[in-house]
Amino acid sequence: MSELAALLVRDMRIAVRVGGGALMGVMFFLVVVAIVPFAVGPDLALLKRIGPAILWLAALLASLLALDRLFAADHEDGSLDLLLMSRAPLELVVLVKGLAHWLTTGLPLIIAAPLIGLLLNLDGQAQGALVLTLLAGTPALTFIGLIGAAIAVALRRGGLLLAVLVLPLTVPVLIFGVAAANAGAAGPALFGMPFTVLCALSLASLVIGPFAAAAALRQEIE
Amino acid sequence: MRLSAANLACHRGGRDVFAGVSFAAASGELLAITGRNGAGKSSLLRTVAGLVRLTEGEFTLDGGDAELTIAEQAHYLGHQDALKPSLSVGENLRFWAGFFGQKPIAIAPPLESVGLDALADLPAAYLSAGQRRRLSIARLLAVKRPIWLLDEPMSTLDTAAQERLVGFMRSHLAEGGLILAATHGPLGMGATQELRLDQAVPGAPQ
Repeated sequence: MSELAALLVRDMRIAVRVGGGALMGVMFFLVVVAIVPFAVGPDLALLKRIGPAILWLAALLASLLALDRLFAADHEDGSLDLLLMSRAPLELVVLVKGLAHWLTTGLPLIIAAPLIGLLLNLDGQAQGALVLTLLAGTPALTFIGLIGAAIAVALRRGGLLLAVLVLPLTVPVLIFGVAAANAGAAGPALFGMPFTVLCALSLASLVIGPFAAAAALRQEIE
Repeated sequence: MRLSAANLACHRGGRDVFAGVSFAAASGELLAITGRNGAGKSSLLRTVAGLVRLTEGEFTLDGGDAELTIAEQAHYLGHQDALKPSLSVGENLRFWAGFFGQKPIAIAPPLESVGLDALADLPAAYLSAGQRRRLSIARLLAVKRPIWLLDEPMSTLDTAAQERLVGFMRSHLAEGGLILAATHGPLGMGATQELRLDQAVPGAPQ
């Protein structure tokens, strides 16, 4: 396990240093959400209605932002070769890299979301529901994204391919995430069902993502 | 310990990289893999490291740890240095030592051996090509693994660093290690065996 702990610490350290993805992701999230009211206009009722959807969309794009470098950076500098020679199973190595990505890009978004929600006229209850759904749903975005990141590893400018591959797969997460956030804003009665499905999507991707990504990496490295 | 292979073939991108390659190397031996550019020296090392798949043949390791694959008992020193520019020299080495399961982690002696102890806190981005190479070599010293796979180990090193590397290789062999080194220049020490890849490829000019 100390192998994986070392990898987690390294990846998080790289993400928060200069040129890492952590700060860039959360800044992108804040900027995207902040410009929406300028485009939509000062219609408070409308903003409140589309607020959760905007925040979820911004969170999706922000978590994709640093994802294309997740394996590509290790591939370019030769680290990936050594990661493959580890005594830890590749699936766990991939899982830990995903975890580090979520801790440095997903978690800051969730912390920043209530703050930026004020711009979209979200009240306390809606913010609470939003934070809960992001907490349950953003791991799914990361772990589905792992598969795309592993497939695009050897490509220059793989970011675009990654978006094309990953965005369709994230549609269910988006649907149930926004549905749960909207339901939660209206009242607790309808929150349970979409939220449970969202949790299920996250758990399923937590299992499938690392296995699929590890299989893709083994093929790509040839 | 003895690493042997018979009749290896590797087929990539629609052409034979090498075929009919056989070798055997035992503890304390240095096998130099030579040949023209593109003869498949790097590919052969990468197949031992498990990074490229063999089309035919397989490697057998007698006397190693039966629970581990050959790749898990080997160090691979490739053309790339596997260093993160935003981490310091010490952090880079500490990570690889930790990731390869070395306990306890001691990074000061290997850094001193390669002459980088004074730069431990410097971000790796500021290192020269030769210094990056030396930091990469420090990884081999920080973590004990019996098989060393060295791809052009002398490139970018200055004369003093080359002599140091020869010293590391000698002591690794003396401790019962095994080295496979791909090279087109002199290694600075006598190889126990030489594997010429040009001759191994059918149809290649002899």
